[in-house]
Amino acid sequence: MSTFDFLLQGLLVAAQPMNLLYALIGVTLGTAVGVLPGIGPALTVALLLPVTYRLDPAGSLIMFAGIYYGGMYGGSTTSILLNTPGESSSIVTALEGNKMARNGRGGPALATAAIGSFVAGLIATIGLAFIAPAIVKLALVFGPREYFALMVLAFVTVSSAFGDSTLRGLTSLFIGLALALIGIDQLTGQTRLAFEVPDLLDGIEVTTLAVAMFAIGETLFIAAQGNTGPDKVEAVKGSLWMTAADWARSWKPWLRGTIIGFPIGAMPAGGAEIGTFLSYATEKRLTKHPEEFGNGAIEGVAGPEAANNASAAGTLVPLLTLGLPTTATAAIMLAGFQQYGLQPGPLLFATNPQLVWGLIASLLIANFMLLVLNLPLIGLWVRLLTIPKPWLYAGILLFATLGTIGANPSVFELGMLLAFGVMGYMMRVFGYPIAPVVVGLILGPLAEQQLRRALAISQGDFTVLVTSPIAAVLLAIAALALIVPLILRARGRGEVLGQLAASED
Amino acid sequence: MSLDHPNKVEQRRPDWAALVIAAVLVAIAAVIYLDASRLREVTGYSPVGPATVPGAVAVVLLGLAIWTVIAAFRGDFPERERQEVGPVVWIVGGLAAQMLLLNTAGFSIATGVLFAATAAGFGRRKLWISLPLGIVLCLVVWLIFAGLLQLSLPAGPLEQLFL
Repeated sequence: MSTFDFLLQGLLVAAQPMNLLYALIGVTLGTAVGVLPGIGPALTVALLLPVTYRLDPAGSLIMFAGIYYGGMYGGSTTSILLNTPGESSSIVTALEGNKMARNGRGGPALATAAIGSFVAGLIATIGLAFIAPAIVKLALVFGPREYFALMVLAFVTVSSAFGDSTLRGLTSLFIGLALALIGIDQLTGQTRLAFEVPDLLDGIEVTTLAVAMFAIGETLFIAAQGNTGPDKVEAVKGSLWMTAADWARSWKPWLRGTIIGFPIGAMPAGGAEIGTFLSYATEKRLTKHPEEFGNGAIEGVAGPEAANNASAAGTLVPLLTLGLPTTATAAIMLAGFQQYGLQPGPLLFATNPQLVWGLIASLLIANFMLLVLNLPLIGLWVRLLTIPKPWLYAGILLFATLGTIGANPSVFELGMLLAFGVMGYMMRVFGYPIAPVVVGLILGPLAEQQLRRALAISQGDFTVLVTSPIAAVLLAIAALALIVPLILRARGRGEVLGQLAASED
Repeated sequence: MSLDHPNKVEQRRPDWAALVIAAVLVAIAAVIYLDASRLREVTGYSPVGPATVPGAVAVVLLGLAIWTVIAAFRGDFPERERQEVGPVVWIVGGLAAQMLLLNTAGFSIATGVLFAATAAGFGRRKLWISLPLGIVLCLVVWLIFAGLLQLSLPAGPLEQLFL
């Protein structure tokens, strides 16, 4: 069967009423959390993991993917109207978008962001559908050592290639890897680091860690900044519609943003932020109105927003075809697959094509829903921004603890939630990135399994890791991704990397 | 999520907080290493086993601790913004209260306390408003999630009224 047939079959799955409903819930929730500062798609998916445990796998995965896409749309609204990016991947949008809103052009800024996201999401999802089968074929020749090398590459790019310190990125990653050791060893059944505590035998719950790090850590950090006064929300003045000139200036940046964002998301290169920065730089160089950049140029909103959504779709390529998450949200979605006993990868395309293609097709549908949700209903989302902080964060903690209690109503679990929450707060205070901890916890056991399988085949000979050309190349790239930024920072050129920090929440 | 960049490095005294972080890393490395040596004894000699990766993680953590000490003496850590202690105490206290109250007072009262404490941390100190508000809100949440979605949330005296 060709990709088209698979995609059509997937559309049939996605068009089932229940799955449409899940997609709608997902994109609505995703937009809401994207709009609200302080919570992001990674946290939301983590919160929903225990709640969706009893639901049907296809439905909940469709919902999770909808949250991911929705978060990317919603983040732009906050950036444009509040100048506080809702998501780290919307930082660039705030540069020009907020200026546009202050000049009374908030409507066209929101419109170009939403339509750009739609165009990019559509093209990138189709790209995902056509590239995935090719990568699945490639992945079939991958053995344990190639997978291990790939995971090492993901570890490096998530933790230390970007961000402002190699040391702190690696420390975060290894704290995650250390937490991943806790519990029963999957290959031998030996208990590690559980100290006879029965609650630790199953290891640290991904949900508990993610909720603590993202929700509680962030809440404590915001609260500790003291009362900074209410944020200023720019009212949407004038027409929401784009003029002919706006269209003419937007369509090329949309396409360029898509072309930049998709491959960056698809490579294990850590986060959507990088694509948005590159797209902004490209638009700034190519524009016919350089004087407007810095004062609200529409290209500076259109390009990065498209890049942002295209890389969200791109992230699903390694996640679905290789089981390799490259962002915190993707890592938690992987945990979502695992809770149903599914392991994304080449095998899943063969054993469960209905689910995979249903998921991909539902993203196309979700994109249409998001366009409707984000253009005519924009006023509703803007109102979310006016919730006073005390009630907003009190509500966030209510739902954050609800997820953990729902999964396991034990005092021990809540104690861990509190401990990791305080840890997340301290890490923010000292400038440690959060995403590597979560990625380390989820990907750590998988990497260990592959490593030990590879070494078991070679009977303990470590050189086997570099004697396969694919693995050797991947490890070499990983080494470069570790060393080059280190040299750049030592020479005082680290500023740029700091701005690209993959601090996705 | 903050947009600020680390301030320029300047010469100052060793960063004591960073030294504490290094000490914590050493402690974690030591615990992992001890556990790994226990495992090596249990599983006997084999080149690759359950102790291989923990051993490696412990060694890297030790290396990172040394690197942190060097960074602390060179003043490489970004300057920290002043943190308000009060709000943190309110919220941590709220979470601790929820943890201790959960199985006796039930979901709504325990989480209502957390709700009010968090709002207090953000400056809404009128507990006689926020506490009842939080408890009622949590009861509604309990009715939806425990009643309709069959999530097992602990029931206390308040929830018993609806069972």
